[in-house]
Amino acid sequence: MSTPAPLRILEWNVAVYRRVWRSSLLTSFLQPILYLLAMGLGVGALVNRNTGSGHILGGVSYIAFVAPGLLATTAMMVGAIESLWPVYDALKWGRQYEAMSATPLEPGDIVAAHALWMLFRTGIAAATVAAVMALFPDVRSLGLIAAVPAAMLSGIAFAMPLGAWAITRDREMSFPLIQRFVIVPLFLFGGAFFPLSQLPLLIRYIGYSTPLWHGVQLCRSLTNGTSLSALAALGHIGYLVIWALAGGLLMRRFAKRRLFA
Amino acid sequence: MNSMPLLRIVPPVVRIARRPQRMVERQLMCYRRTWPILLSGFFEPLFYLLSIRVGLGKLVGDVKVGGRILGYAEFVAPAMMASSAMNGAVYDSTMNVFHKLKYARVYDAVLATPMGIGDVALGEITWALIRGLLYSCAFLLTMIVLGLASSPWIVLSLPICVLIGFAFAAVGMASTTYMRGWTDFEFVPTATMPLFLFSATFYPISSYGSWAWVVQLSPLYHGVALVRAANAGQSSWGNVGHVGFLLTMAFAGLWVVSRRLQSLLVK
Amino acid sequence: MSPEPLIHATGLRKQFGDFTAVDGIDFNVQPGEAFGFLGPNGAGKSSTMRMIGCTSPISGGTLRLFGLDPATHGRDIRRRLGVVPQLDSLDQELTVEENLIIYGRYFDLSRAEARRRAVELLDFVQLTDRAKSRVEPLSGGMKRRVTIARSLINEPDLLLLDEPTTGLDPQARHILWDRLYRLKQQGVTLVLTTHYMDEAEQLCDRLVVMDAGRIVAEGSPRQLIEQHATREVLELRFPAGTNADNEAYALGIGDRHEVLPDRILVYAHNGDEALAKAIGAGAKPESALVRRSTLEDVFLRLTGRTLVE
Repeated sequence: MSTPAPLRILEWNVAVYRRVWRSSLLTSFLQPILYLLAMGLGVGALVNRNTGSGHILGGVSYIAFVAPGLLATTAMMVGAIESLWPVYDALKWGRQYEAMSATPLEPGDIVAAHALWMLFRTGIAAATVAAVMALFPDVRSLGLIAAVPAAMLSGIAFAMPLGAWAITRDREMSFPLIQRFVIVPLFLFGGAFFPLSQLPLLIRYIGYSTPLWHGVQLCRSLTNGTSLSALAALGHIGYLVIWALAGGLLMRRFAKRRLFA
Repeated sequence: MNSMPLLRIVPPVVRIARRPQRMVERQLMCYRRTWPILLSGFFEPLFYLLSIRVGLGKLVGDVKVGGRILGYAEFVAPAMMASSAMNGAVYDSTMNVFHKLKYARVYDAVLATPMGIGDVALGEITWALIRGLLYSCAFLLTMIVLGLASSPWIVLSLPICVLIGFAFAAVGMASTTYMRGWTDFEFVPTATMPLFLFSATFYPISSYGSWAWVVQLSPLYHGVALVRAANAGQSSWGNVGHVGFLLTMAFAGLWVVSRRLQSLLVK
Repeated sequence: MSPEPLIHATGLRKQFGDFTAVDGIDFNVQPGEAFGFLGPNGAGKSSTMRMIGCTSPISGGTLRLFGLDPATHGRDIRRRLGVVPQLDSLDQELTVEENLIIYGRYFDLSRAEARRRAVELLDFVQLTDRAKSRVEPLSGGMKRRVTIARSLINEPDLLLLDEPTTGLDPQARHILWDRLYRLKQQGVTLVLTTHYMDEAEQLCDRLVVMDAGRIVAEGSPRQLIEQHATREVLELRFPAGTNADNEAYALGIGDRHEVLPDRILVYAHNGDEALAKAIGAGAKPESALVRRSTLEDVFLRLTGRTLVE
């Protein structure tokens, strides 16, 4: 039996990645360690001293609150960034998509390969953060293992819609704007650092509507072992799946228009 | 000809420059079409300061620094301003310069004209400072609007941030001359992220106890301390030390740039 | 007596570590002349050009431009030069027009003057309609023309062109040659490198042939052909792989001969006569061609190698 088409495309991704992954190894471990030390323990000491905060945070220490947020936001960042410039690169600079469109590959294969690749990349990133989290007693739990796929899901909920956007572009000028006006605000206001309940009502609902908040909730309840009703869990998962699927369908449609027209 | 002794401490790159403003002019020309990106950067301080004010600030409450009680956002804002000056200068002097050096070959074309290496180096650093100053102004305005400015002396944060930018741009450009390829740039965040997190940015230096001297090795710490002092309207001899630290760093960086850029561009 | 040379070089050397790129060359370029460096890749042409352009310090010998030393007066010399580098170094972040204007500003022209000349020069290289275009979507030939327009923004006394038409299609090359020819007529001194014979013959009044960092011959294209080649050349093609067996037919029918991988060249005053002799001796070439000698033949004679390999 021959290898399925998307996996054949994935071989190309892996070949490129194999040449560069070592150079980012140190940074990818160092960053979450430093981050958890400074924000989790350093700022955490200030937060935990404040008597009112325990209640707002749902009775957990600040590091236990913020670490799962880091897990989900890291996956979001990787999924988003790797779907903008690299997709554009394969479209305009390297022209790998053009080369693929001249073979028996279909638009659906290209999109499926992108989804698999994003699952792989967000998986690596999330697993790294989870491994670092296990170093901190307050967040060490078996639930971390289940939190990794939850983070991956939040990652591709961003990756697929942004991939769909990137594949329609002729210039990359919008990418830094997306980073600045979508990714950074979500990073700050998506519920990773403080509960959305602290925000004004309108902004709160914007927060609830973003995939990141749902990802953060999933990761948090899994790592902290806090209870989450089956319905709520299904809701979070379903919402993330919808974003990923809708993005994937759009991306397939745009890829077809762009590459196979 | 007798050169004045004082001139000798000026790095050669500054002495040989004649028309560095032409490089700035080139940048302005580029931004004629991409100004939305420049402008969008003005929102960054708003997002960061707001998230601290409404979010983290509520969780932390007040902090006690040097006998004063401060709201957390008021404590963090000057540090964020200093960090933003660092980050902007580092980005401009590393990734941006490297791209122009190795890929766009912008400088090759410039050096075929009467412009010299001094003009290129000084012009690019000047641009980094101008852009940094614009962002610092945006930062200051945001602080005032959000009620985080507590003393009129906070206007001094503008020259302070230019100094921070100068120090980091000089050292950033010096390290760029050692970079072999894009993968080497992985080390840039590896250097700036710890500085950002551990320069008494998010919690007072007293939290480090007897390890405080390590924090004092961070150049960003000195920048943060200066902006914080400006916001508090406090003058002390310590501030002279902070300025001295940053100036030394800037001149050391320029010296390396002078020595290295020659070998990099003129073959 | 000839006027003071624009470029004067004696024993000029360029060393990169252990590698000697230019190995002691002497040449003079007179005002108004079109002077060429001819040679294969790696002969040292580009290194020589970069030294003349005052962007690369010399390793030995003397070099004077306009009577000035590049080591001390680089800035003053570059003020009077126009440079077209081998690889286009146009500013990708700017439009075609802006590229010219900012370049004029590097030469300290006023904004108004830079703008005026940019308009004029874009007309000269026939790119007025692309003035507002970004550089990236332009074809290779167009980019080259923008680079040439840019090099003229300071009304240079001396224009340096490093392989001006390498990689361009024939039509684009002819447009460029035409523009360069006009500049020459206007009295601009041209110094160019090339590994194309036809280019050297079209554009150069005088040229030097370089090989492995040295000058192996010097003169006008006509002189070089007269000195180092015969009037005509007979090209004989035999079935693949039989050149060695057929070499005997080339002996004694001309002044000398060369066996190349794909053909045998016979240098003779009269090519047709030589061909008749070869056929008379029983040669059965697949094809035979008689042509006039070119610089290619000169190069082959001088270095034992062809130019474009």
